[in-house]
Amino acid sequence: MARVFMKGTEAIAEAAVRAGCRFFAGYPITPQNEVPEYMSRRLPEVGGVFVQGESEVASVNMVYGAASAGTRAMTSSSSPGISLKSEGISYCAAARIPMVYANFARGGPGVGSIQPAQMDYLQATKASGNGGFRMPVLAPATVQEAVDLTVLAFDWADRDRTPVLLLADGVIGTMMEPVQLPEAKTDEEVAAIKESKKSWACIGHPLDYAHRAWIQPGNWSTLVMQQVNEEAAAMYKSWQKEAKVEEYKTEDAEIILTAYGICGRIAKSAVNLLRAEGIKAGLVRPITVFPFPYAAYDRIDYSKVKAILDVEMSIPALFVEDVDAAVKGRAPIETCLCSGGNIMSREAVIKAAKKVVEG
Amino acid sequence: MNKIYTRTKTIQEDKVSGFCPGCMHSTVMKLIGEALEELNVVDKASCVLGIGCCGLQMDYMAYDNTTAPHGRACAVATGIKRTNPDSLVFTYQGDGDFASIGLAESMSAANRGENITVIFINNGIYGMTGGQLAPTTLIGMKASTAPKGRIAEEHGYPMHMCEILNQLTAPYYLERTSCNNPANVAKTKNAIKKAFQNQLDGKGFSMVEIVTGCPTNWGMDPLKSLEFIEEKMLPEFPLGVIRDRSKEA
Repeated sequence: MARVFMKGTEAIAEAAVRAGCRFFAGYPITPQNEVPEYMSRRLPEVGGVFVQGESEVASVNMVYGAASAGTRAMTSSSSPGISLKSEGISYCAAARIPMVYANFARGGPGVGSIQPAQMDYLQATKASGNGGFRMPVLAPATVQEAVDLTVLAFDWADRDRTPVLLLADGVIGTMMEPVQLPEAKTDEEVAAIKESKKSWACIGHPLDYAHRAWIQPGNWSTLVMQQVNEEAAAMYKSWQKEAKVEEYKTEDAEIILTAYGICGRIAKSAVNLLRAEGIKAGLVRPITVFPFPYAAYDRIDYSKVKAILDVEMSIPALFVEDVDAAVKGRAPIETCLCSGGNIMSREAVIKAAKKVVEG
Repeated sequence: MNKIYTRTKTIQEDKVSGFCPGCMHSTVMKLIGEALEELNVVDKASCVLGIGCCGLQMDYMAYDNTTAPHGRACAVATGIKRTNPDSLVFTYQGDGDFASIGLAESMSAANRGENITVIFINNGIYGMTGGQLAPTTLIGMKASTAPKGRIAEEHGYPMHMCEILNQLTAPYYLERTSCNNPANVAKTKNAIKKAFQNQLDGKGFSMVEIVTGCPTNWGMDPLKSLEFIEEKMLPEFPLGVIRDRSKEA
């Protein structure tokens, strides 16, 4: 398939459509407005449905409805709007509804800034709503990776009947890059996916208690509820083996940069420039931030490493908490941070790395 | 001997209702079931339950159902219906759910003319949480969060959802009924059937607001609560068809 030049938001939307997404509901918020705009003209072309919800709260619940009735469905937003969606996400997780949502993160807290940031890390990976649920959180570093992860998100959501979060940021969403789009699912393939969910979809079944669709985000029985929690916990644990990570020039590294999303890409570029100057730098870039790729940090040769440099667009540092849990004290952890909507500069990363190495 | 009346099969036979004595959720649940059977659409039914006592019936109903977050039933129903137009999608919501926390979702779904049906239970109080002030609580009526009763200057006035939605252009059918006597129960069933039929005919948004009682939280016995409905609730919430587009030229 030919490469096309696309903006991140629109590339993700197109990838979703090609992955079989046939319902999208969303509400305007910067910097992700191109997603609902794109979907509003694209989905009708493939027999899908777009609804502009009256709020993020309504939009995510429309997705809850469409997905509980068997359709591949998606919503997107940016940080403050993601908070509003957390109610619906928790319900989807509880009721085991497969759905995908994307966060084009911006500065926070509060209304914060409309420019890119990575300040929703803990919300995305630890508590995206009430009730202690987890879900796969995929963090692309390029528009191409965003496209690929969008397809993975829908497959993962359906396989395990779980929400999946695409944790992007304002940079990934607004930059244009050449991308190779996936093959579009045919109408027959999309119909087959929906058909495969018919047994549990809340669309009407012959009158028979044993066969009714019963999609419930809770239970009146505390014993049943605990069982539901235990089954979910086992599933979350099973995801650990599916953690995805990019490890770049780590074998002989004296300094390991670690970052996710757009900062991972900036850090990778810094690694190349540091290497050109004779500094043995490496990178560990989690692609799934949940499940977190702890094993990649175990593979680091700590006898050679002076420090781990955590690079993130968040003050205070948030991603560093998972890094700390992964490094387990085997090396000191330094940080290179910016926030408020300021984009991490490669020069700042290089400077911070040199300071660590050269002391 | 001919059998002329039988229990609806849409309620599981082996289940005992957990509704309080005098509660009309069980009455309305029966009417919905009978309406679905008489229209022969049980196998198309997709019910979106609200939060609160509404949700108790999830264990009794024999047809497809889900539960929306508090107030979001019309949004969830929108998602189901838009992607499955052949399903009969209806919400079942109380006054706190539909008229307070879900006001935006309710108004917006009605304004879009979503081809769904809303069964709205108005008993003027929050039931499951223990009798707090509702958007439909009458002036002077005591609530656990309004110990001196509803005071207009402090709490505003009861909200009339049929009349509010009647300000919108899109809704097709709005009727207010009650279940306080056999005649009104029969009218309620007819209204539910009509609201379902409207959806089957693709007419758009229909709502039946049903004025009911809550003896437990009203602090009355069931018979007294029937009198309260007649004497206090119905003058505030007059019964009748508020909007029926099929009657318009």
